[in-house]
Amino acid sequence: MPLTWLVLIILAIAAVGFVTGRSRALQSAGGDSRDLHSLPIYYGSHVAMWAIVPAAAVLIVWLLGQPFFVNSRVLATLPDSVVTEGSSIGLVMSDVRRVADGLDVAVAQGAMTRDEAAAISSETTDVRESLGQVGVALGSDVSAEVLGGAQLYRTLNATGSLIMTVVVLVVSLGGAGWAVSRSDANFRARNTVERGILALLICAASIAVLTTIGILFALLFNTIEFFRLYPAADFFFGTKWAPSFSGRGGASDLGVLPLLWGTFYISIIALLVAVPIGLFSAIYLSEYASPRVRGIAKPLIEILAGIPTIVYGLFALLTVGPLLVSMFGKDTVGWMQGGTAVMTAGLVMGIMLIPFVSSLSDDIINAVPQAMRDGSYGLGATQSETIRQVILPAALPGIVGAILLAASRAIGETMIVVLGAGAAARLSLNPFEAMTTITAKIVSQLTGDADFASPEALVAFALGMTLFVLTLGLNVFALYIVRKYREQYD
Amino acid sequence: MTDASMTPAEAKPKRSSLSVLDARTRKRNAAETRFRMYGVAAIAVGLLFLMFLFASILRSGIPAFTQTVMDIEFVLTQEPFEEAESKMLKTGEYQKIFVNALQSQLEESGLEVAFDNKAIQRIVGKPGGTIRSYFLENPDRVGTPVSFELAASSRVDGYFNGRVTRENIVDSRFLMASDLDLVDALEEVGIIHSAFNWNFITGTDSGVDNPGGAGLGASVIGSFFMMLVVLFLSLPIGVAASIYLEEFAPKNRWTDLIEVNISNLAAVPSIVFGILGLAVFIQFAGLPQSAPLVGGLVLTLMTLPTIIISTCASLAAVPPSIRDAALGVGASKMQSVFHHVLPLAMPGILTGTIIGLAQALGETAPLLLIGMVGFVAREYPEGFLSGFTDANSAMPAQIYTWASRADPGFYEKAWGGIIILLLFLITMNAIAVILRRRFERRW
Repeated sequence: MPLTWLVLIILAIAAVGFVTGRSRALQSAGGDSRDLHSLPIYYGSHVAMWAIVPAAAVLIVWLLGQPFFVNSRVLATLPDSVVTEGSSIGLVMSDVRRVADGLDVAVAQGAMTRDEAAAISSETTDVRESLGQVGVALGSDVSAEVLGGAQLYRTLNATGSLIMTVVVLVVSLGGAGWAVSRSDANFRARNTVERGILALLICAASIAVLTTIGILFALLFNTIEFFRLYPAADFFFGTKWAPSFSGRGGASDLGVLPLLWGTFYISIIALLVAVPIGLFSAIYLSEYASPRVRGIAKPLIEILAGIPTIVYGLFALLTVGPLLVSMFGKDTVGWMQGGTAVMTAGLVMGIMLIPFVSSLSDDIINAVPQAMRDGSYGLGATQSETIRQVILPAALPGIVGAILLAASRAIGETMIVVLGAGAAARLSLNPFEAMTTITAKIVSQLTGDADFASPEALVAFALGMTLFVLTLGLNVFALYIVRKYREQYD
Repeated sequence: MTDASMTPAEAKPKRSSLSVLDARTRKRNAAETRFRMYGVAAIAVGLLFLMFLFASILRSGIPAFTQTVMDIEFVLTQEPFEEAESKMLKTGEYQKIFVNALQSQLEESGLEVAFDNKAIQRIVGKPGGTIRSYFLENPDRVGTPVSFELAASSRVDGYFNGRVTRENIVDSRFLMASDLDLVDALEEVGIIHSAFNWNFITGTDSGVDNPGGAGLGASVIGSFFMMLVVLFLSLPIGVAASIYLEEFAPKNRWTDLIEVNISNLAAVPSIVFGILGLAVFIQFAGLPQSAPLVGGLVLTLMTLPTIIISTCASLAAVPPSIRDAALGVGASKMQSVFHHVLPLAMPGILTGTIIGLAQALGETAPLLLIGMVGFVAREYPEGFLSGFTDANSAMPAQIYTWASRADPGFYEKAWGGIIILLLFLITMNAIAVILRRRFERRW
């Protein structure tokens, strides 16, 4: 709540500043806005900008920095002895945080007064029990060191917040005051405000780059951490995927090859479904269909692209899987044991990719100049001969690009394989067997109560890195091909 | 040429003619028809898949919206009420009262079916608790006729919508084949019937063993809060970024880098954004797990490229003459953009934003990683602010949770959830289409 109040107060300062700045500028021009350099609203905005932007920047930096500062201070006071066998300094710190949060909750609920919470000690009261009463469950009894750490944590956070509030308010008021003092008729308010807005626009545009950097760092750090615990060669060339469950101990086999194979197998089946259907519908829609048929069929096929992948996943699990079992299962040829299989996931993913292939190819076929068609017809070729011998070769690089983009979608697809492909990692050629993919294993390794320091959880980041590099490579390659092709006719 | 056309075809049979199809032409024409048919077949297969998909969604999902209920009306007089309250096992007493009431109602309608307390429990569970709490809350209703509408168990539900039949029923503690006779009899007199399942739309998730009571309401609210975050972050940031890239950015390496970055981000698999969310927002920044706020942040990063690309396109569609005219009457560059270009591009921007939001609404994979599955979202958030930070599910995550539970009763709910999700998506896309039709301007 205090944070909300702080933000509201800053906004109030900005609002007051807006009015003051505007009226001060008008006053200095003798009440005639034509004597001002800029429109009056710019003088107001200038003050508001100075009231908000520096204060907000300080606030954000402080909020990000304070936890690190507090953590390091608390860590410095904790003796080494608190780290017992089988635990780590991270676990102790999370204990400290939990106790501190629990005390805050207790104060907020009125179960303790502020002084009681500050004076509580593990000798006089059972902290675990008294926190349990207000609904904060603690895993183990609270040692004196942890309690001391928690108290320090609370005091540091409380003082930190207090100082932050004061500093932010001072910055906000100072900024506003300085801006008001500059508001007179000759001040070039519009130029200053516009420069500020431009800076904001640049910041917004940089968020895309920041996201990429964030993805790269998140993946990279954890992947390096993983390779410290697990040999990289075993990961890249291991043919066995058998993670041991956390807490059970024992070595895990975390070879990526079976997952890669499952991913590629499913993607290939998906492309075998999507490419012929998508390509032929694109050819028909762009070359043969009347405008009316095109107007109906094209949006209908594109509906398939707007359906969320969870729908396809459920469709694979509950409709296509049982259907395939009834066709290839025990009762007929006996190829299929269960509903979840490479075939199920591949087929459904193929359906999902049809509109992707068809609309991209459609654009590319339409981009082939009409003169090439006319030339071919003039030589006596039929329409299909023109398409096969003139248009498709001309559009080929673009179509290859489209197929590569579709392949990258297939590799990164998650929900269909999580629900439809099964969980067993296998190197097998039988498309009716259950296999698993990189994405499905990322989900299964990271959901549930994973301990983020174990190789079983960290391997998900290495898998994510593999996936990111694969899809990014395919995309860059596909875009390169498409772009190169486009230049031919422009 | 004139020579050849004047010569009659019969005179020189070896030469080809336009009026007679020779073998080669026939072959070529056949190839043409065949090729055309491939195209027709491809479209037909595509449309068939679409129809098959929608048919199976509707066929499996509609039953989720009905609920088999048991209507029972009886009068509880003061005496048995006090007697029941004085017993040790109070709800058991109410159960007996309920069974007696059912018995008399059956006798009234002249039906003779043998049943016992156990059979009733298998059909409607243990209604004693519900009845007792009703009378404890409304003591003035004691002595007047009260009608109860009790939800039947999921197996009985299954019997009503064809999932459970007399042929495939296996006697278990959940339902016996003999109970079906009782159910049939009760249906005949109108005590058991199907009703619209409001609980599915307004309720919250139930435990793993009660598919009948599961509802989507809480996760709709979770999705709503997530979409609020996405809208209020991605629209301003996306528009600001596009304005910079389209109107102000100098052509240099940094601009190129940003543009390449955005087009590549649009193709990054959604699960990678989930990993980013887990590592940055939850592990690094310490935001709470399963919170709509985190989900919204992750989905914002995911939809930003889509919104930036479509916004750039609609800004570029505004003709340069508008900018020139504004600059000509003395507006600054910034004023020409914010006062003239942006309002004209707004319909296109909103359309792109709605489509981006629709995409985000159906996205599941990143939500799995930030912990929106694997727990039971039993409660609505308490207030507006806690709606962002309290653990909650979201529509697609809830559907996934149901699909991965063991009880097949949940599959029906998952399909029903998909119908609701698709209704939301169709509405959003329809709004986008209407916006485009209504405000689209051709220059």
